[in-house]
Amino acid sequence: MIKLNVNGKELTTEAADDTPLLWVLRDSLNLTGTKFGCGMALCGACTVHIDGTATRSCVLPVSAVAGKKISTIESVAGDPVGKALQDAWIAENVPQCGYCQSGQIMSATALLQQNRKPTDADIDTAMTGNICRCGTYVRIRAAIHRAAAALA
Amino acid sequence: MKNQNDPQDFSIVNAALLPELNRRDLLKGAGLTLAVLGGGSLLNACASTDKNAAPLSASQYLRIGADGTVTVISPNTELGQGSYTGLATLVAEELDADWQQIVIEAAPADVKLFGNPAFGGALQGTGGSTTVAAFWEPMRKAGATARAMLVAAAADKWGVQPGDITVKAGVVSHAGKGKSAKFGELVGAAATQPAPVNARLKEPREFTLIGQPAQRVDARAKSTGTATYTQDIKLPDMLVTMIAYPPRFGGKVKSFDATAAKAMPGVVDVVQFKTPLREGVAVLAKDTFTAKKARDAVKVDWDESSAFVMGSDAIMAQYKALAQKPGLEARKQGDATKALAGAARRLEAHYEFPFLAHAAMEPMNCVVQLSADGCEIWNGEQMHTPDQGTIAKFLNTTPDKIKINMLYAGGSFGRRGNSFADYLLDTVAVAQAGAKGKPVKLVWTREDDMRAGFYRPVYLHAFKVGLDAHGRIIGWQQRIVGQSIVKGSPLDNGAPVDFTSVEGAANMPYAIPNLQVELHTTQLGVPIQWWRSVGSTHTAYAIECFLDEIARATRQDPVELRRTLLADKPRHLAVLNAAAEKSGWGTPLPAGTARGIAIHESFNTVVAEVVEVTRHDKGFKVDRVTCVVDCGIAVNPNIIEMQMESAIIYGLSAAATGAITLKDGHVEQSNFHNYTVLRMNQIPKIEVHILPSTNKPTGVGEPGTPPIGPAVANALSVLTGKTYRQLPFSGAGMHIA
Repeated sequence: MIKLNVNGKELTTEAADDTPLLWVLRDSLNLTGTKFGCGMALCGACTVHIDGTATRSCVLPVSAVAGKKISTIESVAGDPVGKALQDAWIAENVPQCGYCQSGQIMSATALLQQNRKPTDADIDTAMTGNICRCGTYVRIRAAIHRAAAALA
Repeated sequence: MKNQNDPQDFSIVNAALLPELNRRDLLKGAGLTLAVLGGGSLLNACASTDKNAAPLSASQYLRIGADGTVTVISPNTELGQGSYTGLATLVAEELDADWQQIVIEAAPADVKLFGNPAFGGALQGTGGSTTVAAFWEPMRKAGATARAMLVAAAADKWGVQPGDITVKAGVVSHAGKGKSAKFGELVGAAATQPAPVNARLKEPREFTLIGQPAQRVDARAKSTGTATYTQDIKLPDMLVTMIAYPPRFGGKVKSFDATAAKAMPGVVDVVQFKTPLREGVAVLAKDTFTAKKARDAVKVDWDESSAFVMGSDAIMAQYKALAQKPGLEARKQGDATKALAGAARRLEAHYEFPFLAHAAMEPMNCVVQLSADGCEIWNGEQMHTPDQGTIAKFLNTTPDKIKINMLYAGGSFGRRGNSFADYLLDTVAVAQAGAKGKPVKLVWTREDDMRAGFYRPVYLHAFKVGLDAHGRIIGWQQRIVGQSIVKGSPLDNGAPVDFTSVEGAANMPYAIPNLQVELHTTQLGVPIQWWRSVGSTHTAYAIECFLDEIARATRQDPVELRRTLLADKPRHLAVLNAAAEKSGWGTPLPAGTARGIAIHESFNTVVAEVVEVTRHDKGFKVDRVTCVVDCGIAVNPNIIEMQMESAIIYGLSAAATGAITLKDGHVEQSNFHNYTVLRMNQIPKIEVHILPSTNKPTGVGEPGTPPIGPAVANALSVLTGKTYRQLPFSGAGMHIA
């Protein structure tokens, strides 16, 4: 039994120690907003925050995050930066298939939480780990700038 | 590491609530309302005079509830291309509904009601960039018919003439009498009105929604992690299956050892299965990670006696040999052989294209629950009718017993529309072998998805072109070699020339007096299928690049050459000229930067793209893409822009780095480290210009893809003096920065 702090709630899981956090979230805790895309931390679809840092959950054994603050896309609207980004995402009509977008928003939220005025180069650095096969990159960038302006 | 013995408050997610939670989540997602239990809407009603009134349902595409909710029922899949929003717009326009009162519901699989007009109504399925084009009239008709019935009901109620009634944003009114009513108040009476057979459709000048950049109906759910995909489905007692597939196509199971796998807690069974396409060994487990660990622990002894063992090099060598011989005629105009023989100058070239993976973000998956006489499926379903047929045949039942719940697809690019129902059949077969009536979810890893085949095929184009003394093209012979996508599929009409192999070439718009396009259809043991823009994925590149080779050889400007060859094609000319103008073609560029152009028609839409490419240490950088599109009436210009951006990035990614290669029959790629795709920092600025049109809408999802590869290649050729006759660019040492 592993105790986890997820989105501000204390939860437990019976999952084995080596289960990646991604599958604990999705299968044990029914938090399916975080997605599976590659299993090798190459695509970013599984991005969550661990103690405020954007982290790929598909390669992170759940035993390693016991006691840490885990936040997922499900809690993002409760954070002013996350909410601003989600509003910007909708206003810019960012999503197409939408499957990568939870991870994109988690990476973008971490970026804006640390850097309120990101340049395009900052955005490149923070977001290059998140693949979008539908090519929404142009609008993701616009949405990040839009959210930054709204938060300024 | 925290001390796990510290006392803490904790609560366990109440497992008993899970099925309920999942059902509500499914119903909430993106305003996607699943087929409602009984009549009426689950959404909270606003004030209505007749809460118990049956919904108005004047057509299979539309239902208006007593609470005013307008439910548009989409026959087609939302895979990111904006089909739900497009269809909703068509209905809402003619209905004069309030955009905020629209919800979208996935249609069940029922070809009689939901067949795609683009396929003569004989097939319910999404593909060929047809959704908005095919449903342009039927959806508008549905909206107009319901509107007429609401107006008739109001006219009766108020004792006025229908012609004096106005409808705007979901409100029906008669100014003279100061009367007004919301849709919901009128549905009961409207349902008793006769449905007009030919309800009037608006003229384009009357449009208030069509042509506007209305917000996507699925934007909120997809921005909040609440949209439901196949990957998210959880049903009571559901098992997860992961499969050990043969390492080579055509491999069979000789024997297997599941001892280690079965010993793992949570593993329910390990079964062998077989479909007409392939066989393998499947683990059935209680959760995904257990299924994966167990699958990886299964030892299979494969019989590879009939497996495909060729490599990519050998395939291309075989194709080159075939290209020496005449193929089946796909297009013949004049006498190309004679023209070539008499030409002052001849140019020849081979253009070579690798297998391509689709690599959608959501790996292929589905959920299947068998019943006594059929099954129920949850899937980002794209080919309802063929899949019902294929699965019914496998289960020895009838197609109507195959129920399909269509969900959002996390990308497809054609893959979910596999015409052989490959991953669906695997799951059905596994369920038969070991599920004992429980629902089964197939989960593919990225490796499974990348190695399962069903690629865009390898193709070779062999050109022989003859020029006269003035450098004009007088003869053009183009021989195409490759597998047939349509053969053996439910779409196979027996034609000897598979049109999907030659589209874009057999019907090329250029005025060439002696033109011959030929096809050699090959048979390889590698499963293949369509990929975004199908035949145009290779015909556009081959033709547009070779045309630029001719332009360079005859010292003609590439735009000028195309102008000459498109002289009698006003639609193409308009797109070409707009692209030249908007991109500043011919204006000076800094040293180390060059432009390239390509124009291509696919799915009845013409697209031209001009790129600016700069030399870079790694190879090159694409700075800017100017895209001009003529797609008829632009239903939602924002979505069209999104689709052009999408198609351009998708096509550029493939041209830059896309290749599935085989070595002795083994697929060499497995994940995004060796099948690399474009990322945020590699994307050019993209400007999209939609040409105004009064023609009916034509395809939008795919046509942006064909021109980008050749436009970039043409710019690279200006920069380096080399040709790029083999894709991807990375293979020639040209890496996209």
